[in-house]
Amino acid sequence: MSMIELTNVCKSFGDGEILRGVDLQVDKGDIVVILGPSGSGKTTLLRCMDFLERAEQGTMMFDDETTDLATASKQTIAALRKKIGFVFQSYNLFANKTALGNVMEGLTVARKMHKKEAEQIARAALERVGLSDRCDYYPSQLSGGQQQRVGIARAIAMNPEVILFDEPTSALDPELVSEVLAVMKNLAEDGVTMIVVTHEMGFARQVATKAIFMDQGVVVEQGTPTELFDHPKEERTRQFIRKILKEELSENRQAEE
Amino acid sequence: MDGKIVSLLIDSFWKILLPGLKITIPLTVITFAIGMILALFCAMVQITNVKVLSPLSKFYIWIFRGTPLLIQLFIIFYGLPKLGILLDAFPAAVITFSLNIGAYNAEVMRAAILAVPVGQMEAGYSVGMNYFQIMGRIVLPQAFRIAFPSLSNNLISLNKDTSLAASITLGEMFLAAQRIAARTFEPLALYCEVAFIYLIMSTILAKLQTWGEKKLSVHERREN
Repeated sequence: MSMIELTNVCKSFGDGEILRGVDLQVDKGDIVVILGPSGSGKTTLLRCMDFLERAEQGTMMFDDETTDLATASKQTIAALRKKIGFVFQSYNLFANKTALGNVMEGLTVARKMHKKEAEQIARAALERVGLSDRCDYYPSQLSGGQQQRVGIARAIAMNPEVILFDEPTSALDPELVSEVLAVMKNLAEDGVTMIVVTHEMGFARQVATKAIFMDQGVVVEQGTPTELFDHPKEERTRQFIRKILKEELSENRQAEE
Repeated sequence: MDGKIVSLLIDSFWKILLPGLKITIPLTVITFAIGMILALFCAMVQITNVKVLSPLSKFYIWIFRGTPLLIQLFIIFYGLPKLGILLDAFPAAVITFSLNIGAYNAEVMRAAILAVPVGQMEAGYSVGMNYFQIMGRIVLPQAFRIAFPSLSNNLISLNKDTSLAASITLGEMFLAAQRIAARTFEPLALYCEVAFIYLIMSTILAKLQTWGEKKLSVHERREN
């Protein structure tokens, strides 16, 4: 039995259909990697799961409870958001709060936790992402990689059942990507369930339990990373993987030069 | 300079400053505070698009930004008695200046709130906060920082504009200066003197602005 099961998720912006009936199953402990060209709907899919966008159609089953994504009430959304953590492409740290404040905010304000307890949890979360020494820094005083690690700490502090990562390394300078990926690998080893939209093939290959290829608002193909990367069945998947690998190769070459 | 003028300037200094301390400054502070409450309210109903209230606040801003402040004062003080609403000079001034500054600050606040990236709101939702929690703790503090220079600007203007209340018989600094000038036949000296006192007040407010901006920008300071 899956922990999360998305069925027939549809979403359009104006005339553009972004999601055209997406199905997705995630088991507890899964590391699902979603790949696909830009505009394929992967980010929108994640955002619909956390109700940052409203899907027009589709259901999400989470821990045996099925919710209609289009009509979910405020209470249902609040309950689901408790189970879901979100890590943003552009970090979205609260600019007026320190790193520690960023991680504590949800605990003290949304969960009404006592300040002392929240601070303990927040410090532990920041330690987990290797930023114990940056607790009192404001986002503007941190590098992109550090900001994203605070973003991850903010998500794990809430102790969600699944964390959604929306292109967590796309906004980072190349030399900062690895520190964020290392933190994510650690989480994966600890058994945190994750859904990751990314172009990082290396990460996908090493860590993912499941890889999904999306294009034009539908899931084209899914399987284990090895199946998908080395033996793609669909022509579209094959083309995309080839393109990505080529880009990575040229990036590496540039880095060497 | 003529010794008579010097002693007149010294004598009149306190007679002008005193109503400044007793009326000009309180009037500025009270009306700015009421204006800020109005401004926040109008900005919020427009941003959240509340029915009836949103167009109503737009209408209010249109009227009070679109007509001269002096005429607004005249309508409320000299005009309203025709409708049976008789106000003393001070309350009439409080009402007019509050409504006027509220209209200007509403636009400042609305723009500032919209200038805070939408990602801040989304991040708040993602950790389970609700709209009002995010507004109050994350968005408004940042919007206030963005709005602070413009709000300070409006405050300095407001302080000087209170001199218009002399025309509705409010005994503030300018009226005090006018009375002494009429008695002593020294308009140049006295109007320069009162202008100088306004200049000192504006300078202090500008200094406060610089200090406040520094205080508020703690989270923007960079290491390097």
